[in-house]
Amino acid sequence: MNHLDKLEAQSVNILREAYREFKNICMLWSVGKDSTVLLWLARKAFFGHVPIPLVHIDTHFKLPEMIKYRDDLALKWKLTMIYGENTEALKNKMTFPDGNIDRIKCCKSLKSEALKHTLSGEWPRYKMDHETGEYIQDDNKEKYTGVIVGVRADEEGSRSKERYFSPRDKENDWDVSDQPPEFWNQYKTDFAPGTHVRIHPLLDWTELNIWEYIERENIPITDLYFDQGNGKRYRSLGCYPCTTPVDSTSKNVSEIVEELKSGKFSKIAERSGRAQDKDDGGGLETLRRDGYM
Amino acid sequence: MNLKEQMNIVIVGHVDHGKSTVIGRLLADTGSLPDGKLESVKEYCRNNSRPFEYAFLLDALKDEQAQGITIDTARCFFKTNKRDYIIIDAPGHIEFLKNMVTGASRAEAALLVIDAKEGIRENSKRHGHILSMLGVKQVVVLVNKMDLIDYDQEKFQKITSEFSEFLSKIHIKPINYIPISAFNGDNIVSSSKNIPWYKGMDVLRQLDSLKNKKKNYGQPLRLPVQDIYKFTANGDDRRIVVGTILSGKIKVGDEVVFLPSYKKSTVKSIEGFNVPKRDTAYAEEATGITLSKQIYINPGELLVKANEKLPEVSSCFRANIFWVGKAPLVKDKQYKLKIGSTKIPVKLLEIINIIDAAELNIDSYKDQVERHDVAECIFETGKPIAFDIISDIEQTGRFVIVDNYDISGGGIIIGSESRHDNSLLKHVNEREYLWSNSLVSQDEKSAKYGHKSKLIIITSGSEGKEKSVENIAKQIERKLFDLNFKAYYLGISSLLAGLVSEDSIGYRDRLEHIRQLGEVARLFTDSGQILISPIYNLDDYEVDKLKVLNQPNEILVFNLGETPFNNFKPIANFNEGNALDIVLEVLKGQEVIEYYL
Repeated sequence: MNHLDKLEAQSVNILREAYREFKNICMLWSVGKDSTVLLWLARKAFFGHVPIPLVHIDTHFKLPEMIKYRDDLALKWKLTMIYGENTEALKNKMTFPDGNIDRIKCCKSLKSEALKHTLSGEWPRYKMDHETGEYIQDDNKEKYTGVIVGVRADEEGSRSKERYFSPRDKENDWDVSDQPPEFWNQYKTDFAPGTHVRIHPLLDWTELNIWEYIERENIPITDLYFDQGNGKRYRSLGCYPCTTPVDSTSKNVSEIVEELKSGKFSKIAERSGRAQDKDDGGGLETLRRDGYM
Repeated sequence: MNLKEQMNIVIVGHVDHGKSTVIGRLLADTGSLPDGKLESVKEYCRNNSRPFEYAFLLDALKDEQAQGITIDTARCFFKTNKRDYIIIDAPGHIEFLKNMVTGASRAEAALLVIDAKEGIRENSKRHGHILSMLGVKQVVVLVNKMDLIDYDQEKFQKITSEFSEFLSKIHIKPINYIPISAFNGDNIVSSSKNIPWYKGMDVLRQLDSLKNKKKNYGQPLRLPVQDIYKFTANGDDRRIVVGTILSGKIKVGDEVVFLPSYKKSTVKSIEGFNVPKRDTAYAEEATGITLSKQIYINPGELLVKANEKLPEVSSCFRANIFWVGKAPLVKDKQYKLKIGSTKIPVKLLEIINIIDAAELNIDSYKDQVERHDVAECIFETGKPIAFDIISDIEQTGRFVIVDNYDISGGGIIIGSESRHDNSLLKHVNEREYLWSNSLVSQDEKSAKYGHKSKLIIITSGSEGKEKSVENIAKQIERKLFDLNFKAYYLGISSLLAGLVSEDSIGYRDRLEHIRQLGEVARLFTDSGQILISPIYNLDDYEVDKLKVLNQPNEILVFNLGETPFNNFKPIANFNEGNALDIVLEVLKGQEVIEYYL
């Protein structure tokens, strides 16, 4: 087994454990490369099926290509596709692009708040109808008690402290200083009523591992990651007002792998194109405690 | 694709002995930091009027910077030409032992850091002890802060000989002792001129010399059944048994046994997604198989090969454990044991001794295992489980204990125990001793009601017969009721909805349901009634449990279709057509309803 096989086996084991232990479980899919690898790993774990609903938090400031890619794949792979949003904030234009709040507050409102209330079932969930390809309001309002997320430990400091199974309390808070122990592939799968668990199957993967795996498995990835001829590509995907492409001429997966291994990005942090990180003094800690992924 | 080898290394040791500085140095001196990181940390230090330290590179979390100690395991990545490393920084403070355990259990090798000036401290030893229990065999000791003792060779040797003596008692033979100063960068990525008397490897070369664990393909197959999938979408009709192989290999055509049920079948195929068709799967793979003969099995069983050494199957075992729970481990309290994919109630039967993890003194006087203690104990599970002795197969000799909702301890099994005075029997004896008998005797009750009291269980091992056993049990109640007998049907769902609250830990636990049914049956049969209950797929252990709990009254088990039992023989087998007749016949034969005839 090479290290990709090992990472895959570990992630599949975690996904199966999560599926076994949690009745109301969902997987967050940002349509970025990490959560798409996660989705692929679910197909590995469940032999081509995806018996877990996928939840996307739509800020409505996502690059339009992202939404098209999401819906195309959802139809093709017959995914139970759900999205949630902060309808109120969008209606009142309380967003950074509208000029009414700063970047951090915008993230908090359109992502953290929307996520929190979508997971709890308090705000409407919209589910894809595979007959029409349209989204209709989902009748299921049950709280998700297990949430699978594609964070990686190498992304930034606070994520390097996560567990594979990481409890969140009733307020969605993450108590970093008192986390459960986790050893010998035994995870925290018992949880008190009202709390929920975040599950992180990709914790040990690096950005390079992700691309190596995408290459090996031939996973369909949105074109935004590739140079379309103007010498620019996205290294990390987010909302268009806060995410800038990087200068790179990588046109396909193997060129990206090479670029990460020995090229210009081998020493530059992945999220350097994300403006909100800088506003928070270089750490995602504040957002993370609020439930941001 | 050219893929490099990867290795997880944990760094442990007493608080303030310089673990984070060692890692900071390794990252900086191998050029593994992102551009600008070193500068930004230096600037942070300037802005906060603190002298720069390499340790700050790791202190990514704000509250950690405030406290100045590592509280949780952080992972960082660096690479050499040989391989990519994940370095796990484990906290040295005693309060955070559970985090140290979390980090160390993921590692192939450990760097144990000792402060040359302060010498060996409590957690230098405690961490050594835990490493040994966790099964981390490759240990390199770094004697740090050599600059503070003027790179003195004698003082270095005194520390190494003292520590070697301790480690030998817990069966650890360190690969090397390296004198370093992480602060000055001595012997980290190159040999130090300050320590000319040391001729061995620097830390970096030492790391590259470590070996990734050999795959245990050669050992007997151990595959804990994590789940059984039948996804019917798109016409998929496969019934796939899934799990991660802990040791050995599995091949199409292998005759396999599931334990503890002892059910047998043959491997029909190895399943996968987006992989070429194969007929063998190996240790560490998260795999899935289909079986030639369909049998009903539950997640939590251990799949092994019939022609290889079988694991132990017992409800009682002896183990060394370490405890990190908030509350102490006490006797007569129900915990949950997780071993392989099994999750089962467990009780502490006996404490053999408690070992001071740091001093290795034995303290036999304590009657509970407190936080951060290491102890040798005897445990009893709710029903037999399959396991191996740690020296035979490591992966199936390890378990964790859940208290309330948290993993609170870990252990390694050092022996199987056979005890007759198990806690269930003890409980029943106590219960019967305390039983308050009424003025009406059993004989009077049966004379008046016209029948004896009985617990009747309807079961089946055939797939998809859950509803049938329920219907048959209900029809028997109807029939007996119409014949004027005092019969009562009790479904498990009624029991659950009433007796168990959803908050209780045992809610999803089948064994707990069986226990409750047993206790309820004791009350019903004592009242002189015939209690009828359907339990789909009852097994040998469960029927045994019901028998014991229903004492002194009796139990009759009827089976529909395929038997779910391995050894136990039901009083009668029937099909859906003749069920009622056969039950009545047996009841007459057993003289349960003799007075009526």
